[in-house]
Amino acid sequence: MDLEINGKTYEYDGDPEQPLLWVLRDSIGLTGTKYGCGIGQCGACTVHVDGVARRSCMTPVGKVAGRSVTTIEGLSEDGGHPVQRAWLDEDVVQCGYCQGGQIMAVASLLAQVPSPTDEQIDELHTNLCRCGTYYRIRRAIHLAAEYMKEKS
Amino acid sequence: MVRLKLSRREFLTVSVTAVGGVMFGMGPAWLRAAEDASELNVFVTVEPDGATVIGVSQPDMGQGMYTTMSMLVAEELDADWTRVTTKQLPLMLKRDPEGKLAWAWVGQGAGGSTSVVELFGPLREFGARARRQLLLAAADSWDVPVDELGTEPGVVIHTATGRRAPFGDLASRAAVVPAPEEAPPLKSPEDFRLIGKDFEPKATHEVVTGAAGYGVDVRQAGMRYAVIARCPWFDGRLIGFDDTETRKVDGVLDVVEIPGPPPGEPYSTMAPGVAVVASSTWAAMKGRDALSIQWDEGPFRNETTASFDAACQSALDAGDGQVVQEVGDFDAAMAAAATTLTARYRQPYVHHATLEPQNCFAHVQEDRCLVIGPLQMPASASRLVATLTGLDRLAIEVRMTRLGGGFGRRLTSDYVAEAVLVSKATGLPILVQWTREDDMAHDFLRPGGWHEITAGLDDRGRISAWRHRVASPSKYYRRPDEEHWQSEIYTDDAPVGLVDNVRYEYFDMGSGAWRGSWRAPAHTANAFAMESLLDELAHEIGQDPLQLRLALLGEPRVLPYSNHGGPNWNPGRLAKVLQVAAEKAGWGRKLPEGEGMGIAGHFTFGGYVAWVAHVSVSPGGELRVRRLVGAADCGLAVNPKGVRDQMEGGACDALSTALGQELSIDGGRHRETNFHEYRMMRIVDAPPEIEVHIVQGADEPSGMGEPPVPPLAPAVCNAIFAATGRRIRHLPVGDSLARK
Repeated sequence: MDLEINGKTYEYDGDPEQPLLWVLRDSIGLTGTKYGCGIGQCGACTVHVDGVARRSCMTPVGKVAGRSVTTIEGLSEDGGHPVQRAWLDEDVVQCGYCQGGQIMAVASLLAQVPSPTDEQIDELHTNLCRCGTYYRIRRAIHLAAEYMKEKS
Repeated sequence: MVRLKLSRREFLTVSVTAVGGVMFGMGPAWLRAAEDASELNVFVTVEPDGATVIGVSQPDMGQGMYTTMSMLVAEELDADWTRVTTKQLPLMLKRDPEGKLAWAWVGQGAGGSTSVVELFGPLREFGARARRQLLLAAADSWDVPVDELGTEPGVVIHTATGRRAPFGDLASRAAVVPAPEEAPPLKSPEDFRLIGKDFEPKATHEVVTGAAGYGVDVRQAGMRYAVIARCPWFDGRLIGFDDTETRKVDGVLDVVEIPGPPPGEPYSTMAPGVAVVASSTWAAMKGRDALSIQWDEGPFRNETTASFDAACQSALDAGDGQVVQEVGDFDAAMAAAATTLTARYRQPYVHHATLEPQNCFAHVQEDRCLVIGPLQMPASASRLVATLTGLDRLAIEVRMTRLGGGFGRRLTSDYVAEAVLVSKATGLPILVQWTREDDMAHDFLRPGGWHEITAGLDDRGRISAWRHRVASPSKYYRRPDEEHWQSEIYTDDAPVGLVDNVRYEYFDMGSGAWRGSWRAPAHTANAFAMESLLDELAHEIGQDPLQLRLALLGEPRVLPYSNHGGPNWNPGRLAKVLQVAAEKAGWGRKLPEGEGMGIAGHFTFGGYVAWVAHVSVSPGGELRVRRLVGAADCGLAVNPKGVRDQMEGGACDALSTALGQELSIDGGRHRETNFHEYRMMRIVDAPPEIEVHIVQGADEPSGMGEPPVPPLAPAVCNAIFAATGRRIRHLPVGDSLARK
C-alpha cells in the first residue's frame, strides 16, 4: 500500500494492523510522534489524517492508505505554524514529551473552532501533560487563535 | 519494510530492517558543529561567526536545565544570549592521579533540586575562565595589557583605543593561549546581565517541531527493539516459559531471560522477566503476547490496598511507635493543654507515570559499552553497568537524552540494567521499550501511609504540644548506596524548633510494593498532614489560619535542619511567602456561598513556598480550583521564568495527584494498568488562573523542582473546608465531595 506522509509517498508492505505510530517511529524514522499510552488516552501520538487530529497509536496503518498524514515534523517548514509560534511565545514547554501531540491536537481544534472559549477548550482538548503545563497551554491556544486570525 | 518513493520512480530504503540498519539524522544543528569552532573549555565552544555553544552537564527532565545552566556560564562569559545554543554533555568521569574515580569537571545528575545549588559557582567559573581566554587572546593580538580590556555581550573591547573584537574573531587564538591556573574573579550580583532576568529559553524550538531527542527516539546503526514480560508480583519469581509461538512471529529475532533482583537485595532490575528482541517495537510486542509464562506470585500475593490501610490504622490504634524525634516533654504539655485536637490523614501510594515510559539503549561489546537514555543519575547508571558487565567505568560511555519527565523515577537505573543484559546476551545494540502497561505495573511508588497528629494549645492559644505519628513503609530500603535507614518523617521538619514539646513516632509498615523517591518525597505526605491539622486547629479555636501560622513561625531566625535542603532553615522566610501569597490572593475577603480560600506553606530542599487556593464547590459536589496564588523564595532566582514554570507545573502536578491519583495494590501487584484507570488531570480540571510571586530571601540560589509541590494539596483541601465545611483527610479527593 502507499502511505502519504508529510507530502512524501512511501510504499509499505508490512502488517496492515500495525498502528500508524510504530510505522512512523520505527520504519520511517519520524520520532516526533510519541508513544505515551497505546490506548488513545494521552494524545502524545496525535497526527493529522486528512487534516483531522487522530491518535496514531489506535490507527491501524492500513486505514490511512491513500490518505494524507501529517506529523509534527510536517506541520510547518520551520516551526512557523501559528500554534508552534504561540507555544514558544507562551513558554509552554517543560519536559516537552507531550507537546508535539498537544500542538497537533490544537492545530486541528482551531481549524474547526477558530476562536474557542475556555469551555470549548475544556471539552475539546483532552491531551495529557504530566508536567502540568495546562495553564500555559490554555493561554497558548488563545494566542494561536489570534495568530491564525492575523494570518487569514 | 517501508520505501520512500522518489519522483523518478527510484526507491530509497530508509527503514531499519531485519538485516541492516540506517542511522537517522537526528537532533538540532549543534550536532553538526562547525569544524573550525574553538573549544575554550568543556562548557564553551565559539564558532568564527560568534555563535556560542554552551554544554549542559545536567540532564533535562522539564526543569529547564538547558536554559538555567547555560545562563550561569553565559553570564560570566558575557555571551550574547541571542547567539547561544546549547548541547547536552555526556557523563564525564576521570581517574585522579591515585586512580580513584572522580567527576571530570562537575557533579552530574538531576535530583533533590540540587543542580542550581551545586553548580552556581562552578559553572560561572567555567564561563569566567572562557572569557579570560578571549581577553588574553585580544591582549596578545593588540599588544595591550589584559587588565585594560573589558567585554560587552559577545565582544571584547579596549576602551582606551576604542578597539573591539567579536568573540568569534578571537576564538581560535583564545583556545591556544596558555590558561592561568587560578580562577578569575566572578561578577558582583549588581553586574549581572542575565541572572535574575527574563530571557528566551533555550532548546524549545526543537520541541515544538518534533526534532527533540528523548530516550525512545534513540536510533543507532543495527539497533534492535526489545520489550520485556516482567513478573508483576512484588518479589515474584519466574518459574518457566515457552517461547515456541513467539519465535514464529515475523520480525522476532531472539528471546532472553532477564534475572530479577534477589529478594531483599538492592534493585538492579526491578523484576525477573523474558525479553523479546525484534526488528521493530510492534514485532517485539506481538512476540511478547505469544509467550507462555509461569510466575510464582511471591510472598506478598495477599497484600491489597485494603489490607495495607487496615494494618496502618491498627498500628496507630495500638499506640506507641518508634520515637524518631523528641523535644521537650510532649506528655506533660498535653496534660497541661487547654485545648487538644487529634486527626488522622491517609495518603495513597502514588505512581511517577512519566509520560515517556521507561526505556534505554545499550550496546555491550567485549571491551566497551555505550548507554544512551533518559537518566536522572548517569553516574549510578554507569556504576550498575560496570557491575553487570565487568567493564571498567571509563570503558562505559553514558549519554543522556532528554527525559520525558523524571519526578524521581529515573533516579533508579533498573531499565538501564535491562538494556545492558539484553545487549550482552544477544551481542546486539538494543533499545528496551516499556509499554504504558509495563510502566504502570512496575514503579518505585511514593509510599502510602496513615498519619496521626495530636496537638495541644496552652491557655494563651499557643501550640504547646505536637505529636506526629506516621505509619508507612520507608522508601529508604534495598539501595546499594544507602548505608543508613531513615524513617518517612524527617526529624528536623517543622514544628521542631517552633513548638516546645514535639514527638515524632514512626511505624515501619510491611509492604511488598516497590518504593522510591517521588518529587519532594515524603514532604508531600507530611506537609499535607501538618498543614491540614494547623487549619483544623485554627477553625477549632476560631483563629485565622494565616495568623495561626504566622504566630507559630515567629520572628526570622536560623534553625538547624539536617534533611533536604539543610543545613538550616529560617521560619521568617516561610512567614514571608505566606504573607505575600495571602496578600496577593486577597486573603480574608468575603466570598460567595460555595467558595473558599485555603492556605498552606512548606520549607523543603532549600526553598520556601506558600499557596493560596481559591475553590468553588457546587451543590452537587463538583470542585473547581478557580485560582492559585503562590509565593516562592528560592533565594536568588537565577532564571525567574524557570521558577515560575516549576511553580505552575508543580502546582498542577500536586493538584492532579491530590484529586485523582492512587496506585492500588491488588493481590500483591499493581491494579491500575493505564491512564483510563490511573486518573491524571486534564486541562478541564486545571486552574484557569495561576499567579506566582518571587520573593528573594537570600543571595544564593536554591532549586525549585520540588518545593512547589508539598503545600499545594493542603491549600486546596483547606479551601474545600472553607467553602463547604467538609474536611478532606483522605487522599485522593476522588468523588468524596459528591452528594450521595
